[in-house]
Amino acid sequence: MSAVPSTTPLLTSRRRLADRLGDRGFYAVTLAASLLCVAIVGAIVWKVFALADLSISRYKLNFFTTTVWDPVKNHYGALLFLYGTAVSSFVALLVATPLSIAIGLYLSELAPRGIRGLIASLVEMLAAIPSVVLGLWGILVLGPFMAAHVDPWLHDTLGWTPMFAGQVGQNGLSMLTAIVILTIMIVPIISSISRELFLSVPAELEEGALALGATRWEMVRGVILPSARSGIAAAMILGLARALGEAIAVTQVIGGATRFNASWFAPADTLASKVAGNYQSASTKVEASSLIYLAGILLVIGLVVNVIAQVIIRRFDPVRSASRA
Amino acid sequence: MSAVSPQVDLRPGGRLRRRRIVNRIMESLGTLAALLAVTVLIIVVVSVVRKGAPSLSWHFLTARPNLFGGAGGGISNAIVGTAVIVGVATAIAVPVGVLIAIYLTEFARKQVALTIQVIVDVLAGLPTIVVGDFVYGLLVVGHQQSGLAGSVALSIVMLPLVARAAQEVLLLVPSALREGCLALGVSRWRAVLGVILPTAFGGIVTGTVLAVARAAGETAPLLFTSSIFSSTVSTDVTHSMANIPVLIFIYSEQPDAALHQDAWAAAVVLIGFVLLASLAARGLLARSRRKLGR
Repeated sequence: MSAVPSTTPLLTSRRRLADRLGDRGFYAVTLAASLLCVAIVGAIVWKVFALADLSISRYKLNFFTTTVWDPVKNHYGALLFLYGTAVSSFVALLVATPLSIAIGLYLSELAPRGIRGLIASLVEMLAAIPSVVLGLWGILVLGPFMAAHVDPWLHDTLGWTPMFAGQVGQNGLSMLTAIVILTIMIVPIISSISRELFLSVPAELEEGALALGATRWEMVRGVILPSARSGIAAAMILGLARALGEAIAVTQVIGGATRFNASWFAPADTLASKVAGNYQSASTKVEASSLIYLAGILLVIGLVVNVIAQVIIRRFDPVRSASRA
Repeated sequence: MSAVSPQVDLRPGGRLRRRRIVNRIMESLGTLAALLAVTVLIIVVVSVVRKGAPSLSWHFLTARPNLFGGAGGGISNAIVGTAVIVGVATAIAVPVGVLIAIYLTEFARKQVALTIQVIVDVLAGLPTIVVGDFVYGLLVVGHQQSGLAGSVALSIVMLPLVARAAQEVLLLVPSALREGCLALGVSRWRAVLGVILPTAFGGIVTGTVLAVARAAGETAPLLFTSSIFSSTVSTDVTHSMANIPVLIFIYSEQPDAALHQDAWAAAVVLIGFVLLASLAARGLLARSRRKLGR
């Protein structure tokens, strides 16, 4: 029986059309946004290398083996900055990793429940401090402190190593101060990921170890650390990526170097700090292009390091939710 | 018959004692490490506030810098500039970021979603100075520095943060809601816009606030795009605009102690805003999580 109102087919068909167009259109817009993001990454690579083209075609790979950066002779090379980037980032990572794992363990296993969240928030707050403020503190507070107290002590006790053999500077603008600042910046990153990793270890495993008579540390060493190993690796790589790319705070405290110096008490320069420090002063086209060449090297390193981190993270899922910024 | 004397000594002896001592040492080390991190945070914040607060005044916040440089002026141009640059950046990054998140959670096939997800995360990890160089090449070369170029650079920094945050809340939206919509014959786009997005709204706001806090403190993307500025208060995005991070950076590199003083005061303003925004976001996050039943 045709009790159904006759207008319904018309209504539904018009509605269906709107829905279908709406669905298509909405899908297209969201897809476009996603493709835009992909395009941005592509455009960054293309544009940076286009800007660096003059320098790339002039120096080719010799850029990587040249130590001088000489605006007077208009001759440029990246080796000094590659060295500075490598030393500052890796040493900072080396110091930050055990510290961060310890903090992660404290926050996941040891801290009294009441203050656990508070301390975790405070550690993450450390990551929220803008790098330019940390750099300001680095120049005016940390640097002088290092020069007056820490550097002389290191020089006296560890002076037999090339890193600590050199003259202690006046103002503390040095590789060592940059390493300390970078360590401060990456500890909150690695420790908050570690904490989530440790929390995601199944409680049965932990309780099993404790039930067998293990002490808390033995449980950590035997159960928690092994099961979080790959996640810690990914966290370290993310921390490393941050350290490699940090421009501002490092520029402020590292002092700027024109020649190689093995001493950590001496000023140095990294890829990022060289680019940031000379943002206005490039006098020739070749120098400007060479600065962007440095940024291009940084970009490639950044891409490789991040992709490696993401692959590790994707392979071991628990980290994924933990690695959110 | 005499009582059987216990065979087992329950007090910790040799080996067990050593294990306990090692355990105690390791626990203390963990506690020390956490203390160290918190101490560093307190030292940094306290020394910024102690050095900056004395020169913080209404005059400092509302006056323009002295015309010929030198300390004693205000930073109103930088405050307005940062507000405009970050505002425009947010207006660009939030819609695009949310759309990406919708695509990833509602539409994309698994493999495609995974690829785009990796690219978004890689973008988040790129050095921000490189982003600055990119926008410099895109919008500044052949033209001039502008607030808009700065906004574009910051929006690229914010985009992955917003997308990531939005995606996480969208994943928290119960799938029963989606299924309910579909069962009622609601089309996909109406379901997303009318039901799913409103449910996730709180979380998206949180993510946006965090991204704004991050962008407000970013210096590197602005160095090449909006760093040569005048001392006038301006809201014209086609010209280079003053902003707080670059101002702190420039002042901190000068040998003038009075400018350092101004840099500290500006740092108090910046750090105050950033930490308050992060705290607010944390509060909002806890609330929206509770609302979504997690």
